[in-house]
Amino acid sequence: MAETEHPLAQSPPLGIAELEAKVEGGRAQRERQARLRNILYPFGVAVGLLVVWEVGTRVLGVPIFLLPPPSAIAVSFIRNLSLLLFHGWVTTAEILLGFALSIVVGIPLALAIFLWPAFSRSILPLLVSSQAMPKVAVAPLFLVWFGFGLLPKVLIAFLIAFFPVVINTAIGLASIEREKIYLARSMGFGATATFFKIRLPNALPAIFGGLKISITLAVVGAVVGEFVGGDAGLGYLLMVANGSMDTQLLFAGIVALTVLGVVLFLLIELAERLAIPRHIIAGDKGMREVV
Amino acid sequence: MQPTSSSSSDAEGAYLCLQGLSKVYATDGGPVPALDQVSVRARRGEFLSVLGPSGCGKSTLLMIAAGLVRPSSGAVSIGGELVTGPRTDIGIVFQNPVLLEWRTALGNVMLQAEAKKLERTAANGRARELLGAVGLRGFEDKYPHELSGGMRQRVSLCRALIHNPNQLLMDEPFGALDALTRDQLGLDLQQIWSERRMTVLFVTHSVPEAVFLSDRIMVMTPRPGRVDRMIDIELPRPRTLAMREMPEFARYIHEILDLFLARGILREH
Repeated sequence: MAETEHPLAQSPPLGIAELEAKVEGGRAQRERQARLRNILYPFGVAVGLLVVWEVGTRVLGVPIFLLPPPSAIAVSFIRNLSLLLFHGWVTTAEILLGFALSIVVGIPLALAIFLWPAFSRSILPLLVSSQAMPKVAVAPLFLVWFGFGLLPKVLIAFLIAFFPVVINTAIGLASIEREKIYLARSMGFGATATFFKIRLPNALPAIFGGLKISITLAVVGAVVGEFVGGDAGLGYLLMVANGSMDTQLLFAGIVALTVLGVVLFLLIELAERLAIPRHIIAGDKGMREVV
Repeated sequence: MQPTSSSSSDAEGAYLCLQGLSKVYATDGGPVPALDQVSVRARRGEFLSVLGPSGCGKSTLLMIAAGLVRPSSGAVSIGGELVTGPRTDIGIVFQNPVLLEWRTALGNVMLQAEAKKLERTAANGRARELLGAVGLRGFEDKYPHELSGGMRQRVSLCRALIHNPNQLLMDEPFGALDALTRDQLGLDLQQIWSERRMTVLFVTHSVPEAVFLSDRIMVMTPRPGRVDRMIDIELPRPRTLAMREMPEFARYIHEILDLFLARGILREH
């Protein structure tokens, strides 16, 4: 009994600098692990689902035109890569033009709504009710008016995508603490300087929130346009593949569309990161807290 | 904005003149009086506090003095110039720091310099100097969310001072801070004021804070706010934390608390 040291006497107390290093090291390690988990977990789940899918379709003998196994989709994707790239490019152009049009029209419209109450009162109810109208139903009409080319698809993408840009920009511009405006006036900023130095940067997180919704809607709009009457684009390819019972190609097209949508979304997010400091990006903190 | 000369106030050494200020707000529930015939003059370089219960219109008074809110009647002049619109040559510190989240501490102070079109390099040097003077050296490039509440309010104070205003208006600037930070900021403010001697109008609802900082206290009645009593604080300067234990200090506190008890603002069951 006499030889056993008291458990508290064993380790000498660490200095505060050593403790800091230890705590910081622990934090860095936890963060690395968390980052790794954020990638590995969803990846693992995706791989697991694909395996279940692959094995399931083979074991149960599901006909390939009903549900092809992932391997068949992958083969089809690679074999039709040039086709997918060509049609994907057409769809990308439609999406980007529709999205650009949403910005070019949406932001000035939001500005006008913000600056002129009378304009806001007269146009906003019309704008809101126009959103209740199913835009898919208008697509055939656009075909009649604008033909089968690029234009009707761009316009449908725009029609679906521009609303969140307008609403988010208008809300972003209007929602500012009264004291910030007081501050601007007491410092001697004129209307223009107040707008560019305070109101616009204050609205940027909300505007980018609108742009992110808008880009995903633009993808939907372009595909809807191609469904109704196209001779190119991924939506058109899906219709063709469906018509010829080439379900593998249909799935390959869906994969291509998904990748396209995600890449475009990430590009907007990248622009957001460049335009505003990370800590004021709308929802960013909340997302991290959920994680 | 257009300054109109009225030199009568200057003759008496008054810098900030509030003359017969009344304010009635129109609300859905009918007109609400906030201020009733408030008149007060602050001498050049005086530290004048406005003390009263919440809702007595003291913030409204400050906003009117800044030219940000129009009085229903009455007039304000600062340095002999009638206030008819937002005054840009004064410094304002609001209850909240009102910092721009996308600018650093230095960037927020420089906003004032940009508004005044001050020469950039010189203003930058002054901004750093001011931030250093309030203990924020090394925090110049931090964003507001990386600063504590007290630090943010210090940045806001620097922003109000970078153009060397002769008049400083402060609206319960330390109201949201913890007691210790509040004491420190009071000491910092006293130091800055004693170096520059600008005229200060300091709105607060803290009795000890008002006594500690002020040359004179204007005690207000509950809504609608009227001037209840003007109290000269004749404690030596610079004031120290130990002075708060002095009998004279306690006497001032008592005088004000008795007044609040008599008005029913405080009630000892």
